[in-house]
Amino acid sequence: MIEFEGVTKRYPDGTVAVEDLSLKVETGQITVFVGPSGCGKTTALRMINRMIEPTSGRILIDGDDVTSRPEALLRRDIGYVIQAAGLFPHRTVLDNVATVPVLQGVSRREARASARGLLERVGLPANLGERYPAQLSGGQQQRVGVARALAADPPVLLMDEPFSAVDPVVRDDLQQELLRLQGELGKTIVLVTHDIDEAIRLGDKVAVFANGARLAQYAPPADLLAAPADDFVSSLVGRDRGFRGLSFTDGSQVALKPVDHTVDGLTLEVDRDGRPLGWRGPDGLLPTEGTFGDGANLRTVTDLVILSPAGAAVRVDAEGRADGLVLLEDLAGSVRSQQRERLAALATPEEAG
Amino acid sequence: MNELWSYLETNGGNVLTALLQHIWLALLPVAIAFVLSLPLGALAHRYGPVRHVALTTGSVVYTVPSLALLLLLPGILGTSVLDPLNVVIALTLYSLALLVRTTADGLDAVDSTVLQAATAMGYRPLRRWFAVQLPLAMPVILTGLRVATVANVSMVSVAALIGIGGLGQLFTRGFQLGFYLPPIIIGLVLSVTLAVIADVLIVALQRGLTPWSRAGAR
Repeated sequence: MIEFEGVTKRYPDGTVAVEDLSLKVETGQITVFVGPSGCGKTTALRMINRMIEPTSGRILIDGDDVTSRPEALLRRDIGYVIQAAGLFPHRTVLDNVATVPVLQGVSRREARASARGLLERVGLPANLGERYPAQLSGGQQQRVGVARALAADPPVLLMDEPFSAVDPVVRDDLQQELLRLQGELGKTIVLVTHDIDEAIRLGDKVAVFANGARLAQYAPPADLLAAPADDFVSSLVGRDRGFRGLSFTDGSQVALKPVDHTVDGLTLEVDRDGRPLGWRGPDGLLPTEGTFGDGANLRTVTDLVILSPAGAAVRVDAEGRADGLVLLEDLAGSVRSQQRERLAALATPEEAG
Repeated sequence: MNELWSYLETNGGNVLTALLQHIWLALLPVAIAFVLSLPLGALAHRYGPVRHVALTTGSVVYTVPSLALLLLLPGILGTSVLDPLNVVIALTLYSLALLVRTTADGLDAVDSTVLQAATAMGYRPLRRWFAVQLPLAMPVILTGLRVATVANVSMVSVAALIGIGGLGQLFTRGFQLGFYLPPIIIGLVLSVTLAVIADVLIVALQRGLTPWSRAGAR
């Protein structure tokens, strides 16, 4: 766990980058600091590995004050991924990845050998190892940056706008890759971004920083979307927050109707094995526009309900056989009751009565 | 052509001595200036006022004609006029004026995010300097070294005017003998050859030390 205890950073010219920040970053989770530029999110991140020293307050990692160790040693135990990768242009990819282990006294040969394994882990072909960073694409460089940060297997990983310098398609890949890696590694990750969609996608918890270094809200992304703390958060979160919030809810909680249920004059037609073929009705056979399976989120289910000619999403089992229907009215009821529960849980006791 | 050979036959020993002297008079100052320029360039890179003073002084030194400097130095240093030390010091000053600037420029050109990344990885300042900053500044620093070396090879010739050895002596000899060409031609050829060889060696050094700087072309 990383704890900020009343941390303030004030520069000699009077600017306050962070004011009296107190928050706890949970172990093994991705915590995202998001906000407009100049809101203090990067300063907060950099105080964790002492790239910036706070004016007052303290930061604890698993109970130990970060100032209790020499800064260079502290930093070798904290992975760091910088914007645009920040790779060493004069070192090959393998030597870049081997940097921290070599600083820790591991022999270069050993460090390079494990660097090779890491390249694969972040989805890069091993033959890129002998290239220089300038010979790689932006997305590849960023992957090397992640591999370099992971090389010494640090429990904590700091990521400073890691995907802001790559195009949207590559960014999407890298985000997926990070979630996959995190599923395997379970690091304590603090990630800074100005992109609220990235924050919502990647964060287990999101800290929204407002102008003037104010912590506007610190909550799981679903709560951020369901109940923004104030106008600032709600404008940052943007449009369609209700619909986007559905992606955090498990779609299998909605009540199912049997497959032979007739909806508005339409019945689902299936082949001999039970796989859906389409909706049979007075206009002939209409397409289902897709199906969903186990693990689909409520956003996917809702989308299928909207697209379906019958207003019903078709659920299929692992073999692709239809095993249930989600109807619009059941969906609406489920969404309504969940939102009511969430708002009630978030409301302060006075307001809730 | 025959005259050249017969001149070499009779004066070969002198020509060789002059050549060797030329080499060390030209290269020793570059070597000294190179070593001194690293800390000075680093200071100039880091501290604005130091940079201002160092670069202004450098420009002023560069405007002093070499012959004048060679004649002034014995008075300032208390050395004898014929002491080769005057030449070494004068050329060190010229080289330094050039190299401090290129070292500072080279360090300026290093991407600050790369340095931040190095610090965040856990480099201590001194190790970061030698392992990251200096290597990344090398392409620019070596370009300066090339210019300084070639300039020195040609400037050493002036030393002959105040009676100090080097290939310049062959020029003065030729003039003394009523514009007798052989020594002049030999001096010219050797001095140009020397400059070219030095240049090629530094380029080779550059390629060996900074293979990554050519890797960018995709």
